[in-house]
Amino acid sequence: MFGFYCCGKPSKFKFSHYQAPLFNRFVTTLCYPQHGMSNQALPQPRFSAPEPGRGSKAALKIEVRTTPLLQGKVSEIPDVVFGWAMRFCGVAVVALLGLIVYQLVVGSQLSWHAFGWKFFVQSDWNPVEDQYGALPFIYGTIVSSLLALVIAVPLSLGVAVFITEMCPIRLRGILSFTTELLAAIPSVVYGLWAIFVLVPLIREYVEPFLAQTLGWTTLFSGPPYGIGMLAAGVILAIMIIPIISSITREVLTVVPQHQREAVLALGATRWEMIRMGVLRNARAGIVGAIILGLGRALGETMAVTMVIGNRPEIAKSLFAPGYTMASVLANEFTEATGDLYLSALIEIGLALFFVTIVVNALARLLVWSVTRGQPSRSIA
Amino acid sequence: MPDTNSNTAAVPVKPISLRRRVMDQVMTGASVLTVLLVLLPLFAIFAYLVYKGIGSINLAFLTQTPKPVGEPGGGMANAIVGSMVILAIASLLGVPLGIGAGIFLSEYGRNRYGDIVRFVSDVLNGVPSIVIGIVAYGLVVMRQKHFSALAGGVALAIMMIPTIARTTEQMLLLVPQAIREAAYGLGVSRWRTTLSITLRTATSGVITGVMLAFARVAGETAPLLFTAFGNQFWNWKTDQPTAALSLQIFTYAISPYDEWHRQAWAGALVLIILIVGAVAAVRIAVKHGTLAGA
Repeated sequence: MFGFYCCGKPSKFKFSHYQAPLFNRFVTTLCYPQHGMSNQALPQPRFSAPEPGRGSKAALKIEVRTTPLLQGKVSEIPDVVFGWAMRFCGVAVVALLGLIVYQLVVGSQLSWHAFGWKFFVQSDWNPVEDQYGALPFIYGTIVSSLLALVIAVPLSLGVAVFITEMCPIRLRGILSFTTELLAAIPSVVYGLWAIFVLVPLIREYVEPFLAQTLGWTTLFSGPPYGIGMLAAGVILAIMIIPIISSITREVLTVVPQHQREAVLALGATRWEMIRMGVLRNARAGIVGAIILGLGRALGETMAVTMVIGNRPEIAKSLFAPGYTMASVLANEFTEATGDLYLSALIEIGLALFFVTIVVNALARLLVWSVTRGQPSRSIA
Repeated sequence: MPDTNSNTAAVPVKPISLRRRVMDQVMTGASVLTVLLVLLPLFAIFAYLVYKGIGSINLAFLTQTPKPVGEPGGGMANAIVGSMVILAIASLLGVPLGIGAGIFLSEYGRNRYGDIVRFVSDVLNGVPSIVIGIVAYGLVVMRQKHFSALAGGVALAIMMIPTIARTTEQMLLLVPQAIREAAYGLGVSRWRTTLSITLRTATSGVITGVMLAFARVAGETAPLLFTAFGNQFWNWKTDQPTAALSLQIFTYAISPYDEWHRQAWAGALVLIILIVGAVAAVRIAVKHGTLAGA
């Protein structure tokens, strides 16, 4: 047998002088002295080639380069610089968050020292007398967002269930694309549509109807302006439906198929299968999707500002105009004349920031707990 | 009772009760109904946009600045250009930083530090845009002492970065490890591999992510309210208050004048066309143009 070991001192092995008759090509490839790339983890390659036929006429001359592809030492400096530049970008993202917190905390110092915690429980907002209490805005934000959830959750769950469980495959792509198209419309365009189409509709038809049928709850009483909490809730619902339904869809698709089959095999109807096999398994993720939608609703500014009526009052009726934290910022920030006024507004921004952060972090954890192991889509 | 000893005897199947069957049908119907209810506003918005907007778009709208109240005519030319300027600034600042952060996350950040950055960028994604506006106000407007296109650009850039970072990361992770190793095997250094091999392989995905972020901030109004501020006249300086299409739509929509309402619809249509156009143009450039083969 003709065998040899090439890994001892590969650079001194003179292939070019070796006349290898019918040499196995496999061996030459492996023996190529790769510059600085010998893998230490693998065992030393030992192989044997078939004995060359003696006196074979077809002598094969093998030329193998022994010089490295790259001449000279490769500088490591660009590598290090690039690595640190990328790390800098990563740090910059964290720094951005720090910057946001810093700006908001510093900006709201004045108001914090003047009012303390009372800022969040007082309902008096009077720039003329420099009295600021954020309660009407907090109330407006919470009520409009909850109203939006009440409308949006059943609708988006229905859409998600339809798309994942019932819809013919051909329709599936089109439907999910169109519902996500809703998310691409700018908020100001929603507001524009709401002012000229939704508000008259609510004023003429929805509010009189609600007042007649549900007026006794006192939630739906008072003059039907059209503009007010109800309109804000409806437009917010339309805006958060794509978010909730697309994440719910994602969560439903990761429910294992055999869960569905098992329930069907027990004789369940399709709805019972969806209820017991799918929705119950995806609970945590669905709750996460809903909370993510809530986070978006809390911070939504333009469309709400355009239809909520902008009056800092706490009214029980949903027909009455209200005000949200985001819309008071949108309306009054540029007009804030006094330092305390500006500071109070920034403090509202700080509160809004913290609430949305907590809500979003909670939602992410819930969604992760379900889709873990799956490549998660970025949720815009 | 069926004969339990016999294997062959068919087990009598109890028919599904009427209540359960009706429930199944009702829920299927309800589900279809929700889809129709959700699609309704979508079509209504697009229909109104086209119906109200198309009649108001004319040459004057695209070439003139706003006229004072009461005078008919005028347009939003300065706002269209202003929006483009602000978006260009935002892209210049946000895209490199976002892609860099994405590269960090996928190539250097498969560890605890990467997890922190990942979580923070998800959190940043959820920060309300109006709050970002406050931050840009404090960062730029307070220093410069006046509203500017630069401040608007900074605000939008802050909104773009986390989205771009996360999508870039996901796209880079899709590139097989073997391709990177092949490059290393040829003696290519790490930075060269990352830029010319990994990033280049994922170009089309990364660009899609960038365009998503772009489309998202292009229609933003809230962070521009007290950064770019708006302007009724032409302005070519980046340190002066600048008009933006979305701001102009907002101002006109809440005004009491019919003429302005008409222009708000036209502006909204132009805004959507511009966003869709920009996204489509980049997609086509990726497919056929200078970036082809990337």
